[in-house]
Amino acid sequence: MAVIHEWVQDALSDVKSGQTIMVGGFGLIGAPLTLIDGLTRKDVGGLTIVSNNLGEAGEGLGILLRQQKIRKAIGSYFTSNREVGEAFKQGEIDLQLLPQGTLAEAIRAGGAGIGGFYTKTGVGTELAKGKEERQIDGVPYLLEKALRADVAIIRAHKADTLGNLIYYKTARNFNPLMATAANLVIAEVDEIVAPGELSPEEIVTPQLFVDRLLVAKKVLTKEGVVNRA
Amino acid sequence: MSIVHEMIAKRAAAELQGPCVVNLGIGIPTLVANYIEDDVVHFHTENGLLGVTEVGEVDPNLVNAGKLPVGEKAGAAFFNSAESFGMIRGGHVDVAILGVLQVDENGRIANWAIPGRNIIGVGGAMDLLVGAKKVIVTTTHTTKDGKSKLLKECTFPITSTRSVDMVITDLAVFDVVEERLILKELMPEVTLEEVRRRTEAHFIVGGLLDEHPVT
Repeated sequence: MAVIHEWVQDALSDVKSGQTIMVGGFGLIGAPLTLIDGLTRKDVGGLTIVSNNLGEAGEGLGILLRQQKIRKAIGSYFTSNREVGEAFKQGEIDLQLLPQGTLAEAIRAGGAGIGGFYTKTGVGTELAKGKEERQIDGVPYLLEKALRADVAIIRAHKADTLGNLIYYKTARNFNPLMATAANLVIAEVDEIVAPGELSPEEIVTPQLFVDRLLVAKKVLTKEGVVNRA
Repeated sequence: MSIVHEMIAKRAAAELQGPCVVNLGIGIPTLVANYIEDDVVHFHTENGLLGVTEVGEVDPNLVNAGKLPVGEKAGAAFFNSAESFGMIRGGHVDVAILGVLQVDENGRIANWAIPGRNIIGVGGAMDLLVGAKKVIVTTTHTTKDGKSKLLKECTFPITSTRSVDMVITDLAVFDVVEERLILKELMPEVTLEEVRRRTEAHFIVGGLLDEHPVT
């Protein structure tokens, strides 16, 4: 059963320096912007972030990057924030680049008790360097390891008080996967309702995956990221 | 986007006959949707939507892989990123139309990294190459400074060892058959001599070369 927090710093109370943190979202879309903002105000550093991107320049995870709180990032497309390339060149951050499907599957595997998997993606490319290649039925595959984290911060649309979650349009992306793959899962949502108000048929993330809930105070709108009144 | 880009996109659109599921990359491929009226051509976007259509009211949480606002058509479905790439790697996407930096004479492409610059983004490019049943690439034939993008060998890192199936440029259309480029069509007002002059890669002139394609 999930604990509902009113304050972001309470929700983040067990986040510590040096931890690995999964952060949902495809850029800012479906990113837990209130929890990320909380991390920018918290005294932590040396974080390993698992996320498709590192936000955009000065937005979302881009703020944590500027604060030099990120030691390493694991993702698929850091190009969308120019400052990541700069930080990488200066040696301020370590990057592990994975094809987007491999990143998603590694998180899924991590949450499902699977240590790794063989994929066709990346065979014969620069991203295959250092990875075991194996022929299965005559087809070459690469071994990719699963990913897990100490904490996942994710964005969903609605929760019930138990922690069951539903999502909104393309803001779903990596969020339901990350909900399964961390020791502590914190979800921020638009609304928290009573059990029974969400149809069991529509629940995407069952409540056993979710530890903490917070109502979103920073949201993405057509005008950009704004504070919700 | 220029008239040249629109012409390439329109030619690529002619390859799509429903029912089929199509993934469009960023850039010229995005324009292809503008030329499709067949309502059983279903567009897939890897960030988690099957049934992409033109944008109506802008919703910041309803976007394509280029983070541009899109619409959802009747019968659309949303899903998570692992399921989306399962569709791609698992061979459930019929056609991927992708942009490209270079194509070699075996039809292999480079579209994700430039040497000398930081290699910090790959996105879904490699997954689409290994998984889509058919891959069509759309590109201008030459770079801004006039160098051929169709090369003997890619000088940029390749995206996959798999060859694409078709290359559509502003000068010509090539099929890739048994890892060889076969010139299939010339674009309007383009001569074979011009294609030869502006192509570094070796190619074979197809037996049924159509010098006057429908446009």
